[in-house]
Formats: sequence, C-alpha cells, structure tokens
Amino acid sequence: MKPEPSKHSLTFPHQHLLGIQGLSEQDIYALLDLAENAVEVSRQVEKKKAVLRGRTQINLFFEASTRTLSSFEIAGKRLGADVMNMSVAASSVKKGETMLDTAATLNAMHPDILVVRHHASGAVHLLAQKVGCSVINAGDGAHEHPTQALLDALTIRRHKGRIARLTVAICGDVAHSRVARSNILLLNALGARVRVIAPLTLLPAGIERLGVEVFTDMREGLKDVDIVMMLRLQRERMAASYVPSVREYFRFYGLDEEKLSIARPDALVMHPGPMNRGVEIDSGIADGPRSLIGEQVEMGVAVRMAVLEALAANLPNGSA
Amino acid sequence: MPGRETARPILLKNARVIDPACGLDDAHGGVLIENGFIAAAGTGVDTVPEGGETIDCAGAIVCPGLIDMRVFVGEPGAEHRETLASASKAAAAGGITTLVMMPDTDPVIDDVALVDFLLRRARDTASVRVEPMAAITRGLKGEEMTEFGLLAEAGAVAFTDGRHSIRNAQVMRQALTYARNFDALIVHHPEDRDLVGHGVMNEGETATRLGLPGIPREAESVIVARDMRLARLTGGRYHAAQISCADSLDAIRRAKEEGLAVTCGVSVNHLTLNEFDIGDYRTFFKLSPPLRGEDDRLAMVRGLAEGLIDVVVSAHDPQHVETKRHPFAEAADGAIGLETLLAAGLRLVHAGECNLATLLRALTSAPAGLLGLDRGTLARGAAGDVVVFDPERPWVCEEAGIVSRSKNTPFEGARFQGQVLRTLVAGHTVYEYAGA
Repeated sequence: MKPEPSKHSLTFPHQHLLGIQGLSEQDIYALLDLAENAVEVSRQVEKKKAVLRGRTQINLFFEASTRTLSSFEIAGKRLGADVMNMSVAASSVKKGETMLDTAATLNAMHPDILVVRHHASGAVHLLAQKVGCSVINAGDGAHEHPTQALLDALTIRRHKGRIARLTVAICGDVAHSRVARSNILLLNALGARVRVIAPLTLLPAGIERLGVEVFTDMREGLKDVDIVMMLRLQRERMAASYVPSVREYFRFYGLDEEKLSIARPDALVMHPGPMNRGVEIDSGIADGPRSLIGEQVEMGVAVRMAVLEALAANLPNGSA
Repeated sequence: MPGRETARPILLKNARVIDPACGLDDAHGGVLIENGFIAAAGTGVDTVPEGGETIDCAGAIVCPGLIDMRVFVGEPGAEHRETLASASKAAAAGGITTLVMMPDTDPVIDDVALVDFLLRRARDTASVRVEPMAAITRGLKGEEMTEFGLLAEAGAVAFTDGRHSIRNAQVMRQALTYARNFDALIVHHPEDRDLVGHGVMNEGETATRLGLPGIPREAESVIVARDMRLARLTGGRYHAAQISCADSLDAIRRAKEEGLAVTCGVSVNHLTLNEFDIGDYRTFFKLSPPLRGEDDRLAMVRGLAEGLIDVVVSAHDPQHVETKRHPFAEAADGAIGLETLLAAGLRLVHAGECNLATLLRALTSAPAGLLGLDRGTLARGAAGDVVVFDPERPWVCEEAGIVSRSKNTPFEGARFQGQVLRTLVAGHTVYEYAGA
C-alpha cells in the first residue's frame, strides 16, 4: 500500500528530541516524511548523504544496547557525521563520576549531537539542560523512547497507509516500558485507538488516564485489532512477583496463532526487540508472514536519519 | 548558645502579641523578657525596668519562638552539608528558637556520649537551642533497643529512628512498652519498605507519565494502622513524625477518638506542595514521604485546621550537589526548610485555609508539650524565646539569600508573604532582619 502523499512541511522547531511528549502532529508527520526519503537513500548502493558532514555525533549509552546503538551509528554515518560511541558502564558510576560529570566532559569536546540512553527516567532531560548541543533521547528508564515510537509509526503507515483510526494493541510489560509510553503518546497524537493488554501487576497506576483502553484478557483485547504490538518481558519480573512463571505468562499473554486469530485477518505483528521467543511471542509468529519485526529494524535506521537531519537543520550554522 | 550570661531586660512593645497556649491575641501589647525568661506579655506591658532595652515592633506580631521537631543536621559526619552552627543560623533566620535534631548522624546518636557531645557542641557553636532525639534502635538498624533511660537523662528529648522505619512490629511493641518506664515519646517515620520498593514518587498518573516507579499511599497508611494497634496494646506515647495522606489521618483520628496517646506531624512541604511540583524531574521535590496528590494535600490542611494534626515541621534535610544532581530516581530524598517554615506555613493563613493561632500552636506549644519543654508559650516564667514577624511583608526566596549551608530548597523563586524581623533566644537577639 502506498503511503499517504506528503503534505507536511519539513520544518522541525526543536533543539532536542527528548520525547514524543511535546511534539505536535505536524512535527511527527514531518519526521515520518523525512524518514521515507531516508528509506530510499538506505536502499541505494550509494548510501551517503552530506547533511551532517563535519558534525560530531556522540552516542552516549549508560545502558547496554546493541540494536539502538548500531542503528544510531549507521544513521549518523549515512548522513556523513563523525560518530563516536561511548558506553559508560556502571563501573565509572562506581568510580564516583556522575552522569553530569561525564556529560560535561563530553560537552567540552564540542559535539553537535548527543544521543543518550540512560537507565533512569528523566536522566536525558537533566543532561539536555547541562550541555550546549542537541540531545536525542535513545531511551530513558521507563519514560520515553521516541525514535522507537516513530519507527513503529513509520512501519505501520507504510503497511496500512495511515495511523488514524487504526486500532493498536500494546501487549505485555507496560509498567516498565518506555516503548509503551512513547507509542501511547504518538499513536494518540495521530488519532489511533490504543489498547493496552497486560496482567494487572504489569499495568502502572493511572494508565487509563493516558488515553488507552485497558484489557487484562488478551482474547478480548485483540478483537478487531489492526496492529498487535508486543513488549519484551524481562525474566527478572518473575523474581519480583510481577508474574509467577514463564509458562503461565505465555499461556495468558504470549502471542500465539490461536490468540492472533482473534485480531483482524489483516492484523500485523510488531515487537521492538530483543524478543524472548516463547515468553511473549511464539517463534512461528515472530518469523511468520504477518510479522513486521525485521522491517522495524530497517525503519529504525531511516527514522534516526530523519531525526538527525531534522535537528541538524537547527544546529548553529545549520541549513535551516 | 547565648543566655548563660544574664541578658538585659528587653521589652518588645507596640506589637500584636499572640500566644496560642494562653489563648492570647492582643493587637496592642508587649512582651517583657527578664533574666532570659518571659516576665510579662499582653496588653499594657509597656514599661521596662531601669537599664533595659526597648524595641518598637511597629505593629508586627510577637509570638513564642518556633520549635521545629524534625531537623536533620550534618554534624557529626556530614559537616559539608550542615553544621550545628549553620543550621542554627538558618533556624534563627526562620524564627525557630529550638531545633530538634534527628539521630541520623555519623555516628548515630544512640549512645549517651553522643548526646553529651552534641549538647556541648551546640552550647559552644549554635545560636539557638538544640535538642537531640536519640535513636530507638542501635545504629538505626531496627533491631536492638537503645538505653532510653540513660539517654533521656543525658538530654534526649524523644526517641526516633529518624529517616528509618521500624519494620519489625515486635521491636516497635517493645520500644513503646519500655518507653513507658520513662514516659518517653516514640517518634516514628511510618513507611513500609517493601511497599515502597523501588518507588521514588507518589504512585499514580503523574508517576506513570514520568516513567517513575510509584510509592503507594498504603506504604504509609499500613504502618500507621499497625502502629495505632501497637499504641493501644502498649499504652505507649506515639508520634508519627510526618504523615502525607488522608488514610493515615483517618487512622490517627480513630486512635485519638479512642483516647490513645498518639499524635502526628506534617511537614510544611506536604501542606503547600504536591506531586505536580516535581514537573520535569526536579529532584529538590523528591521527599520522603513523597509529595502526594492535591487531594491528600488538602486533607493535610484540613487535618491541621481541625487540630487533628498536632505539629508542623520543616523536615529540614540538607543535601548537596553530589546527592541531588542526579537523575530523579538516583537523587537523595529531602529538602531544606528551616528558613521557609513560617513563611510557607503562612501561605495557608493567607489563603484562608487555616487560622493563624492554629498554625502557630502547631509550631510552638504543641511540640513543646509533646517534648516536655518549658517553652513555646509567653506565660510568665517560660523561656524568653520569641519571634517578631510581619505577616504581610512580601519576599522572594532566592538561592543567594539562603543561610543554610545546603541550598536544596523546594521554594526557590517562591513568593512569600511573611517576614521574620527578629528572633530572640533567652532574651538575646540571635537574628535581625537586615531590611529590604
């Protein structure tokens, strides 16, 4: 299906991308349209653009990550930036250096863009207040992961042609998920109907006030759904009495053929990765024809290129 | 502390004299302090003995000096955050003449020698009165009881595990029971550690939006309910150091109706701020108990106005950059509050939510009564500790003006109405407003 024709201006009036919160519908469409172009660039043999030539991008990760880090690295390189990855393990925290000390040190090296992931909610906001460059939130605690929500939206739009009026079910560990929060905000902003499906122990207090319909019965929640978005369940949750066992979780909240058959016949399946096969999702579905999981990864690079490009235009001496 | 050498008689005249303990509110009166004690207060007190000093209050309020029942001081162990000297200077600037310090120091105040050290240290360096509470359990570990009798004899005014909550109900039962031998007051921070878990702010929509783990109200109310039963079982005197939610207040109300010897306090933060103030992860609003919703704040205000909440405290807890300049979940709890206690409390009076006498009672005679201190009143013979303040004068709380060694105020940039003009301890002026 062809995406809706672009009718949105490509201006993006923000210095940072800290979350979906604070973006307008127009901002989101602008990024998605930019990302469409980035998909084309990425599918060429010659994948380089020069938008970020001479710019320095530092990927500052306080929490382990493979896919998001490599996605941002490739995105930056395709746009011509000098990209440096810095993984700050817990060890330097133990040495007594605070996150802000680390940030101040990097800031003194005059990067143009900092891509930051941190295990604490709000850490990226705090850091953005203390540095002079543009900051992109690559995931902060259980708060936001805006580029994930954008790539999910791009993937959906490319398959369904729109976001508005689709019914999207977000299933699993909503309580600990920044992906869920960013997606709830974005999908609501673009007019989708959003459901969350989870056991009550994995639903945060007041979630219904965020504009979602809440289901604890997955079969009920999947009725008439266009998109099934699965979340990762960390095994540590078993130890902390959120759910008793993997097999019980999979039985009631794992996506298998039988449960998926309740959704619309053309419903598609997504997962932000990394997956726990047999915990939240059956392998057959993850690898099956209705799975968009591989494509999400491709769209991830495109969306991150779009975000970098949009912010670059607002850098000092930028092209805007 | 001053007052060892006898002060000159001092007359504060042309004042509105308020003393909730005596039901006194005289619009045109004076207060006479002789030999460090109140000699007279009220209408017609306008002459000073020969050689005395007279201060014209120009219509400002004179009331008993404030007694702050919950103050964390960094001395000994964290002097870079606050010393007895710096805390007492901040207290004086806030109209507080007695600060009751928590035993959460390093080392912990759980031994007679420590109480003795602190009292001598305060005598030598502090400008207001300092009264230590001693630990209920050794090392604040919640296990072994301290020597209540000896500690009380040394000068501990009450017993508390400070920031720590006693998890073991049997330990609490024993403490409440044993304390009766000395008529000692047990002051408790009611908080269920397991229900708090990793929580860092009030549980609910705001926490969910911020992606922060929540602390349910029940983490507090469950322990308050437990403690009420234990107070009934033991007949001990129990004081909840700070409560923050309506459910806890209900439990206190029922216990009081039952005639139990229970009381409770609330911090001025929980009377005037709520969880929305956290805004964009502002760590100066990260407190324990956490700031709650507006409903709970209003319940606290009503509880104070009805007299169900006995005392108002600053919960002064100096924290430095190295403990506060972190992501919200990793930052320490606590806010300073000595200098803003009265001004913040007056917000309730100006808003018509609480009358002045009720507020002042919770800051003077109520804590004095709980701790058995001969203060907090202008009755003849009481300590000559008074504060002179203009309830209307506006000011803005700015970091540059903060006296405390730590600057973690939740009221930075706040506009207040109510300025302390002068603070006297035992008839000596320990703070005087420099003027606008």
